[in-house]
Amino acid sequence: MTRPAILAPRGPGDRVSALFWRHPRLFTALLLAPPLIWLGVVYLGSLAALLLQSFYSIDEFSGLINREFTLATYAELFRPQNMDIIIRTLTMAAMVTLGAAVIGFPIAYYAARYARGHWKAMFYLGIMLPLWSSYLVKVYAWKLILAKEGILNWAVDSIGASFILSGILALPVVGGNSLSTSYIGTWMVFLYIWLPYMILPMQASLERVPTSMLEASSDLGATQFQTFRTVILPLALPGVIAGSIFTFSLTMGDYIVPQIIGNSARMIGQAVYQLQGTAGNIPLAAAFAVVPILIMLVYLTIARRKGAFDAL
Amino acid sequence: MGTPARSRTLLMTNAVEFLSVSRLFGTVRAVDGVDLSIKAGSFFAMLGPSGSGKTTCLRLISGFERPTGGTIRIFGQDVGRVPPNLRNVNTVFQDYALFPHMNVRDNVAYGLMVKGVDRRTRHAKAEEMLALVKLDSYGDRKPAQLSGGQRQRVALARALVNEPQVLLLDEPLGALDLKLREAMQDELKALQQRLGITFVFVTHDQSEALSMADTVAVFNNGKIAQIGSPADVYARPRTRFVADFVGSSNVLDPAMTRALGGPEVTASLRPEALRLVPAAGATLCGTVTGLRYLGPSVRVTVQMPFGVLGVMVPAGSPCPEPGSSVCIDLAPDALHVMEDE
Repeated sequence: MTRPAILAPRGPGDRVSALFWRHPRLFTALLLAPPLIWLGVVYLGSLAALLLQSFYSIDEFSGLINREFTLATYAELFRPQNMDIIIRTLTMAAMVTLGAAVIGFPIAYYAARYARGHWKAMFYLGIMLPLWSSYLVKVYAWKLILAKEGILNWAVDSIGASFILSGILALPVVGGNSLSTSYIGTWMVFLYIWLPYMILPMQASLERVPTSMLEASSDLGATQFQTFRTVILPLALPGVIAGSIFTFSLTMGDYIVPQIIGNSARMIGQAVYQLQGTAGNIPLAAAFAVVPILIMLVYLTIARRKGAFDAL
Repeated sequence: MGTPARSRTLLMTNAVEFLSVSRLFGTVRAVDGVDLSIKAGSFFAMLGPSGSGKTTCLRLISGFERPTGGTIRIFGQDVGRVPPNLRNVNTVFQDYALFPHMNVRDNVAYGLMVKGVDRRTRHAKAEEMLALVKLDSYGDRKPAQLSGGQRQRVALARALVNEPQVLLLDEPLGALDLKLREAMQDELKALQQRLGITFVFVTHDQSEALSMADTVAVFNNGKIAQIGSPADVYARPRTRFVADFVGSSNVLDPAMTRALGGPEVTASLRPEALRLVPAAGATLCGTVTGLRYLGPSVRVTVQMPFGVLGVMVPAGSPCPEPGSSVCIDLAPDALHVMEDE
């Protein structure tokens, strides 16, 4: 008896595999359907609802929502007190992003280029560990660290360096009564909370730069600084941009950190929270919520124009 | 007056010198007390299997590795404390290491750019180099838009634009297909002769080393097993390792050498030094156990009473069937006595 050229299907598994083999598109369709439904309905749907709300207005006397298309709500954003909030939030987000990039780069570079085996595991653990604990607990812990009677003040005092801290706190605008009630404090806590989101994409992009490329640069006569500027940075830029998208947008949308740490000046997140909660002004809250989205779009467009994604 | 000038010229004749150079990685002796001198203007090949220390030697010259012991001199100057960017030595990397975010022209001009040469001059020089490697009009492309062979030429142009005293090539042809590899071998050789720059070339391909180099150093276990001209290394391998690695020699143990009419020592015997002869009057006869068709010739494996021998038969001449019995003859000077290891 000769052996058959075609084997009999053993069961439904073989039949389903055969079906997918004959119709490859069916497989990708089934693969993508659930996430696309989720994205389409829940995610993009809520975004569309938000956008729609921002074109409504509120009747100032009755407090009722007037469901007629108007740009009046957006015009309200340009009132000085609202512009203050936007500029304050934008500046904070930019500073947090800059700080995270400066602090995160050496760590990401070390992890990508030098850490091996055991040390690499330690790196991931160290970066991820803060993400495992409650966000609120961490913020309150920082409140205790930065308070006037807090650990940091005590530590600085006991090494006799309190004049440095007083000098920093005496700075106009960013200073304050104590770190926990100043912009510097808000910035420090934001930096702490979002740093992993900057380091991980940067590390991933640095890891893709082969060592031979750095050697080639040095072989051709470049100093380490020239190599950094002309080879490492352009090749790592997509990762830095990815990281900055996280730190930038997360800072812009946050309303807990500035409420617990910092002075009483509000940021966009707090404004949205209060407008839709206590004030019931959902159209203005929606208009405020659109601002970070627009800023991110502008940011990405500029990054693209500057060639940040050319190395992708 | 005459003496310093003369000693200077004597020093200048060596592009690279290794004086008992070692490089340890942990406890592994990647390079183990190597003494080496590479003549200026020569085409020098470092040949060996992977892990034999040849690439580490190259990286010691470029400065990517520092020796654990010994002294390295480039044109007479000790480079022990000199970083790669200050050595007038350039490398063509195995993976080419072209910068993906720069176009071909900027890649080639990179070495001049970091040295502060103005844009106009360095672009003109880059175009000149691209013409040298026959890639003029490719300047605006990105490396990703080039074929493997073209990338290889860009890497070559990028290294040569700096007018290095020594050009290092790390398996530069390894990623190319056979036809292109042979064309590039000829081109590299011609380029080296035209420019007069010392080329140091690492390869694990013995035919590449033999066909291109003036001098071949065969590496094994971090040491140089033999150094000499290609003809010398091929015809007179000093050790069993060299005989095995370079070409496809028959390595004979003392008993086999004796049976073939030589002294009772380890020896090598090139398969092309053996001839198949008619049975009449022949004393060395055996059975054919295998045939390997190589194009210009056929390698015939013959089981002799004292061991197995490979015989090279030119294609076109009559070739025996597997299983048939054949007789062989060898030239009296075909046996080459080797050192015991």
